[in-house]
Parts: sequence; structure tokens; C-alpha cells
Amino acid sequence: MELIKKYPKLFQWLFLLIVFFALCFAIDVPETYKFIRGQAEFIKDPNQSTYVLFGKEVRYYAFDVFWRLPPLLGWLPIWINDSLFFLMNEWMPMEFWNEDTQEFKTRPLVLQITRNLTAFMTFLIELIREILLGGVETTVAFTSWDWIDANPWAELPGLPWTIVAAGAAILGYKLSGKGLALFAALVMIYISIFGQWKPSMQTLSFILVAAPLSFIFGLSLGIMAFKSKRIEKALYPILLVMQTMPQYAVLVPAIVLFGVGDHAAVIITMVVAVPPMILLTLLGLRGIPPEVMEAGRMSGCNNWQLMFKVLIPTARRDILIGVNQVIMVCFSMAVISAFIGAKGLGFNLLLALNQLNIGLALEAGLCISLIAILLDKMSLAWANKQIDYFGNLNFFQRHKNTFFFTGAVILGIILAYIGSFYFDEGYNYLFEIPHNKGISAADFWNKGVDWIWDTFFQTLKIFNTWLITEVLQPMRALYLRMPAIATLVLVVGAGYIIGGIRSALVVGGLTLFIALSPWWDRALVTTYMATFGVIISCIIGFTVGTMCFQNKYTTKFMLGVCDIFQTFPSFVYLIPVMMLFGVTDTSVLIAVVVYATIPATRYTIEGLRSVPTALHDAASMSGVTKLQRLMKIEFPLAFPHMMLGLNQTIVFALFMVIIGAFIGTEDLGQYILKALSDKKGAGIGLTLGICVAFIGLIFDNLIRTWVDQRKKHLGID
Amino acid sequence: MSEPVIKCESVYKIFGENAKKMLEEANDKVDAKTFQENGCIVGVNNASFEVSKGEMLVVMGLSGSGKSTLLRCISRLTDATGGKIFIEGQNLLELNNKELINLRRNKMGMVFQSFALLPHKTVVENIAFPLQIKGIKTKDSISKAMEMVKLVGLDGRENYFPRELSGGQQQRVGIARSLAVEPDIWFLDEPFSALDPLIRKEMQDEFLRLQEKLQKTIMFITHDFDEALKLADRIAIMKDGIIEQLDTPANIVLNPATEYVRKFTEEVPREKVLLIEDVMEATTTENLSDLKVSKDEIIENVAEKILTQEKTVAVVDNNNQVIGSINPSKIINTVFGGRKNNN
Repeated sequence: MELIKKYPKLFQWLFLLIVFFALCFAIDVPETYKFIRGQAEFIKDPNQSTYVLFGKEVRYYAFDVFWRLPPLLGWLPIWINDSLFFLMNEWMPMEFWNEDTQEFKTRPLVLQITRNLTAFMTFLIELIREILLGGVETTVAFTSWDWIDANPWAELPGLPWTIVAAGAAILGYKLSGKGLALFAALVMIYISIFGQWKPSMQTLSFILVAAPLSFIFGLSLGIMAFKSKRIEKALYPILLVMQTMPQYAVLVPAIVLFGVGDHAAVIITMVVAVPPMILLTLLGLRGIPPEVMEAGRMSGCNNWQLMFKVLIPTARRDILIGVNQVIMVCFSMAVISAFIGAKGLGFNLLLALNQLNIGLALEAGLCISLIAILLDKMSLAWANKQIDYFGNLNFFQRHKNTFFFTGAVILGIILAYIGSFYFDEGYNYLFEIPHNKGISAADFWNKGVDWIWDTFFQTLKIFNTWLITEVLQPMRALYLRMPAIATLVLVVGAGYIIGGIRSALVVGGLTLFIALSPWWDRALVTTYMATFGVIISCIIGFTVGTMCFQNKYTTKFMLGVCDIFQTFPSFVYLIPVMMLFGVTDTSVLIAVVVYATIPATRYTIEGLRSVPTALHDAASMSGVTKLQRLMKIEFPLAFPHMMLGLNQTIVFALFMVIIGAFIGTEDLGQYILKALSDKKGAGIGLTLGICVAFIGLIFDNLIRTWVDQRKKHLGID
Repeated sequence: MSEPVIKCESVYKIFGENAKKMLEEANDKVDAKTFQENGCIVGVNNASFEVSKGEMLVVMGLSGSGKSTLLRCISRLTDATGGKIFIEGQNLLELNNKELINLRRNKMGMVFQSFALLPHKTVVENIAFPLQIKGIKTKDSISKAMEMVKLVGLDGRENYFPRELSGGQQQRVGIARSLAVEPDIWFLDEPFSALDPLIRKEMQDEFLRLQEKLQKTIMFITHDFDEALKLADRIAIMKDGIIEQLDTPANIVLNPATEYVRKFTEEVPREKVLLIEDVMEATTTENLSDLKVSKDEIIENVAEKILTQEKTVAVVDNNNQVIGSINPSKIINTVFGGRKNNN
């Protein structure tokens, strides 16, 4: 009894585990149970049961309720679909003036709105794309096709690549200095020489439209949330779900609402990119010392002046970090949006991966990574740049960057003009290097891949087979063996022990949603893959992080490496693993491990670094050895922060597992991928996305609650 | 007597959801404990006082005593829960937003403990900020701000950013900014508390010099009793939201109203605070020494001279008229007497 009193939590956990395993053993696997490989809801099978709710017929395989709950939420995707269809095609028909046919036409309101929105987005994207690459669409938008045929001179010429490259270098110089300028120039020259100019500029134009719009919306919503508690409370759950929702899943409803193509992708990108902007705006505005706000008020600011002259400039850094986030999310969406037909690097990558042309994929992937690093470094440099006083400079010094850029434009045009005489075989290399005329390393890479396959095939295959048969299959079987009721008990119990009734209800509710959806089995597979990835990632991350922390330089180096790897869109990680392991579960899991190790390592190092120096000194003065200091002081204090790393690791792993569907998995992600190509997929895609988000939120809730308590207990912030 | 510049009539500030309702029910007898049981925290409890033109009122109290809250009620950075506040006869709590902004733009200046400068503006731009907010042209506001830069002795640093200045210099900018609109009422919220002791002393002297020149009506908040004694015309000592005593420094030292106030005064070197006037006898005797001391002298400055006398010393006013007398033994009593109870 005394033991129980001394370690109450430990005994609670023990009790929970005993109940869990008892349930697992008590409930047998039904004889009819098997993992359904096809999409159950589309198979018509006499063994299925059906029920009708809200006028929707749901078909499912019935089991003992303790083993698998019936999919009571099965009507939800169908209902979402029908509602969307109703909204788009039947709700509020109105007369609209049609410019082309010069007559009024009856159309549903939502359809008209979304069509206008897409037309506007298309116009913006085309405008920027044609400034960068040239074209006629923008001119046509103001005139007509007939007019452009009669006046071919009105076609926008596009900027020669030399000018864009020089512009990037000058921007880099202005933001950070020579180093960034050089890097920007090199990246641009690389892209051009390797013939990736056109897709890169398409991707860039996508970001140039999506990022500013997301910024404006995010900032406005952030300000509104800051001013009104009610708006903040209304936004909070949406923000939370959006943070853990795989980017992939939001694409599905976009198709229904906005169709396929860049415009749809831009709109849906905003949905994904606005939440982090809102959060960082809120964080920045919250972080302003109250006295600064009071100083503004006492200077006689009205509300508008207070917001735009005092608060926002003071929160400048956090808001610009938000811009950095927005740009990075937009970029990774620009890549993933290839699934719904957005042009650019992502599209090329997707195409190359589909053809299993690893060489081409690597080239596109390298470009994507380089641009990602460049965008990240530039926006971070902007955030960290401090305003300088320039009143004492003369006119030339103050505007030197403008002068440089003007010079570059003139020089670029002259070069392109000379080039048009010099290269007379049809391609002006000083204007744009076409895709097939650039240097290509694809053959080299392909040969490299072939060599790897020839040399290591046996070793890799043995490893692959061992991993799948000895580790993955049994683990998966174990997860699927869990009766639904046992899982529920485990999750709710964990919630109760960690955070009391409230936590238990929240995580219980989230789990119940998944259990009542038609995809419980798939969710288990997703969780098993994510768990495997997280365990390996944490082991690697914690070890590497701890080891690197022993030395100042390795610490800095490792954080730099994490920074760089974190900027890559998750999709890029699939290229090297496919190269090495082909199309198997192993590939996905290795991508998951690589991707999820980043936050695990980073948070370990940051956690260890956050231990105050005073404590280090105090420990040293008590004569501890290095190991003692690590075990007795640094780990216990850094542990809460490391747990936040675990949280991130889980989210990263989940994202990667879902993206891994592209290679071929049997989890929720696979269904999302299928929903993308399904006309009636919107409801399914959205519900699946919510399921994935909920898996993330269950862990998020548990970990965060624990960390908050622990931090309060340790008295650290 | 002219109208007081600031006038408070039983001002209350209570934090919490039903503060207003509870205050009405409490019938002017606010007890912090019962309020706390109902989830309300009493910030300011029945504060009534007046500040007349050109006077410096120092509000002294430890952290959590409600002194900053009181100041924020009077500058209406927070709304008082109950009571009335008059600024030059205007009822502050009845002003609408526009009138309030107008009042702040023209009549009020405030200095903050953490300086609260705008990080993206230079020294001179920070100082010009309230002027620009008012809508004054950039050129005029900058030239006015340059005058302020000179006034606080920051010439040559006008184009620095706050991050490039030391704490003392930053507070000089804060002071200059609060004075830029030439306010009549000057609020200072622990302006020197974040500074090192030596800088603090320097800034206090500078502040006294400025006030001599400008003659503003001042409310000065501090937690430092010595600072209060040094600067104040009158001191209000606050505890748990209640003003325990409001009086001149001398009276507070000589006649502490409550046990709480007395604890502060115990450690105070009286000879540095009290004037001859405060301790002299208003009667004169025949047998006076030749020495005459002015009634406005601080005891410390003349104590040595008086103590060398055997007879009672005459006290004279500004016109050299004898208005009282002081015995050397009285000096000894004043300097050492107050500490008798210490052991």
C-alpha cells in the first residue's frame, strides 16, 4: 500500500495496461474478420450490413461491437459530398451577366462566386507568370483573341533569366549581404543552366501570388483575433486542426469547389498557409510589453494609429517569421499541388516519379530543395534584419540597389538582344534556356541508381525482406489485433491519468470519431507506420542530439543541418528512398524516419541548450562528472522541451506516412490519394484528412498537457 | 485657491467579472478579503486626493500596492470601477473616446518604467512620435523634437536607435517623448526603477532640474521611499490599494499615521529630510545665541553649527525676521531619538 501511495501514477499506468491487455485477450478475433484491401464502401457484397441515416445508405461489414464499432459516421462523407454538390449546383440560382455570350444566364450563387474567384486567381497567376516568362493571356484578358492575332507585338516578352538572377542576387545582398547574394546568384544560374527555368518560374509565380494573399488574410485575421476574444475562440479549433491536417487532404475538396489547376491550388494553399500566419501574428502582438501599448495610447493614438504605427512595427520580427512560414508552406503546397494539376517543378517531379525516372526526379528535387533553402534564408534574413538609419546617406547610396537593378535590367536586355543575333538556331540562351537544351545530369543519376541496384541489390533486398517479415508485419498485426474497445480504454485512460477528466473527454472524443468512421483499420495502419517511424526517429534524434550537444561547433552544425532539411518539401524525401529501396513499405518508412528525425534532433539540442548556465556552474561546483551532469541535471530539465520535439516528430511522421501513399501503402493516405482522382471524393478526402488530423491531435493533447504540468512542476517556462 | 489640476473622489478599481455589481452592493465599505473570496481583486480602494498646479505628488508603495493601477485610472489607461476623477474640472470618466484622445494629445505626458520606446524609430523619431500622431508636419515635429533632445542632453545621438542606447539614455528619450507635446500634467511610472543606483541618482537630479524649469503638475510613482522623500512636495503611501497617509515628507517622517508607514520612516535619516522649520519651537526665549539659521535649511546642513552652540539658536524666515528658536538638544533628539525603539 505504501508503494502505491508513493508512486500513484505508476500504479495507475500499470492498472491501465492490465485492463488493456485483459480486454485484448478477452475479445477474440471474429472468424469473419479480415483486412479489406479494396475500398469497402464501393464493394457490393451480400455479407455486408446496411443502415440508413439522414437518408444516406451506408454499407459495412458488421462485427461484434467490442471488436470494431459500426461506422456510424459512414454517412458523413456522403453527406458532405451531397451538400457540396447541392451548394455548387442547386442552391440560390441567380441571374448573372455573361460577358462572352452577352446575355443573362442562371447560375447557382456559390458556383458563380467560385468561378469568379478562380478567374481572378488565374488572372493574377498568368500576369506574374507572363512577366517572368512571357505570354499573351494577360493581354487577352483585357482585349480579345482576335485583337492579339491582329497585333502580335502586344505579347508580353517575359524577362530574360539574367535579369531575374541579378534581381535575386541584389535582393539577397540587400537583405543579408554578400554571402546570400552569391548563393542566390548561384542557385539561379544553376536552375537556368540545367534547363529548369520554366518550371521554376512557374512555381515561383505560384508563390508570388499565394504568399502575399495568405499574408494579408493571415495578418487581418490575426489582428481580429487579437482584438476580440470571441473571434480567437472561434478560430482556435480550426487553427489546431489545420496544423495537424495533412496538406494533401485539403486538396480534395478544392477540386470540387474550384476545379483543377493552378488557380484551385492557389486558393487551397491559402487555406493551409493562413493559419501559421494567424498564430504568429497573435504571438507577436501578444508579446508586446503592455507599457509599449500604453505609451502609444498616452501619445494620443487612436485605434488605427495604435495598431499600424505602434503594435505592428513593434511585433515586426514575429510577423516576418510568419511571412517566412507562409512562404515555406506555399512552396511545399506548390509542389504537392501538382496532384491537382498545378504546373511547375512539382508537376515535373510527380511525372518523373510516376515514370520511375529517378534521374529526372532528382534533378527536379534538387531544384526544389535549392529554391526552398533560398526562399527560407531570404525571408529569415528579412525578419532578422534591423532597420538602419539612412538619413545621412546621399541620394546614390540610399538608392544604390535600385540603381544596380536598373543597370541589371538594361544589361540583361542588351545581352538578350545580342544573343538573338548570336544564337541563330532558334534558342536564345541569354534569354531562356529551354528544358531540353540545358545540361542534364539525369543520365548520370540514372546510371548511379543502376549501379547501386546492381551492387547492393542483394544486401538491400535481404534487409528489406527481413524488415518487412520480422518487424513490420508482426507490428502491423499487433495493431490490427487491438479490439476497438481496448484502444478506446487505453486512450481515455491515458488522457485521464495525464490530464484528468477534461483531457480524457477530449482524446476520447477524437478517438471515437475515428472509430466510428469507416476507416478504423486504415487509421490503425497509419498509426502503426507513424509509431514505427517515431520510435526509430526518437532513438536516432535523441542520441545524435545529445552527442552533438557535447561540443559547441557540432551543436551549431547540427542545428544548421536541421534548418536546411526542414525547408525541403516532404515530397522531395521520397526521391532518394525510392532510388534505394524501390516501391515498398520500407521506402515510406525510411522517408518517415529521415523526415521525423529532424525535429527530434533539433528539440533535443534546443532542450539541452535551454538549461540555464547558472545550473551548469552550480553542478560543476558540486563536482559532477560529465555523465552525471547529463543524467541528473540536463536530461530532467530538458525533458519537457524534448517532449515537445516528440510532438513535432509525430506530426512530421504522420505527414510523411500520408504522402508515402504515393509510393503505395494501405493506410488513410492511400484513400486520400484515391479520393483525389474520384469525382465523389471530396467528402471522403475531407473526412480522411480530419481523421489524420485527429490522430495527431490525440498525441498533441496528451503531450502538451503533460509538458505544461511538468514545466509548472519544475518552475521553468 | 485655484481649482486643483487632478482631483479624485473615492476612486475604486476592482478587477474581476462582477466588480461593478459587487462595488454597488458593498456600499462604500470595500473589504479586500470578502472581494477576493468572490473572485475579485481590489486594486485601488477609495482613493481621494487633489493635486494642485505645479505640485509634485509622489505615490509610494511596494509592488502590488495598487500605485500603478491608481496612475492608470487617472490617465484612463484602465477605467476606474467607481468614483470620480476630474482633470482641470473635466470629468475624466465621462469623456468619449475622441475627447480622451484629445486630452492625451495636448495635456498629458507619461514616462514608463521599461521606457516603452518604439524599436523601429530613431531617438528623434521616437520623440516626434506624439507630435506626428497629432498630425503635425514631419518637418515641424522633428525640429520640435530636436529641442527636446537638447533639453534632455542627448545631442549627437538623435539618429541612434533605442537598441544602441544605455538604459539611462533610453529613459531620457522616454522623458523627452512625454514632454514633446508640452503637457500640463506629467505622469511618471517608476521611471528610474530599472536603472543602476548611480545612474538613478543622476537622473533624479536631472529630473529636479527639469521640474524647476518646467513647473509641471506631476504624479510620480515609485517603490523607493528615499526617492519619494527626495523628490516629493507631498507623498501618498499606499498599501493594498488604500492610501495609508498623504502628507508632506516631513510630516510623514515626524508623524507616521499608521504602523505600516512608521516602518518605512524608521530607517530614514531624519536630518536629511527635515527642515529646521519642522522641528523648531514657535516660541522665542530671551537667552539666544548669536547664530541664526534659516527655517528652510535641511537639518543636516546646519546641525554641526547648532550643536557647537550652548544656548538656543534663533530661527529666521526669508526676511530675516526671527520666527522661532531651536535648542541643540532638540537636534540630538531628532537625529537619534527616532531610532530608540529599534532594539
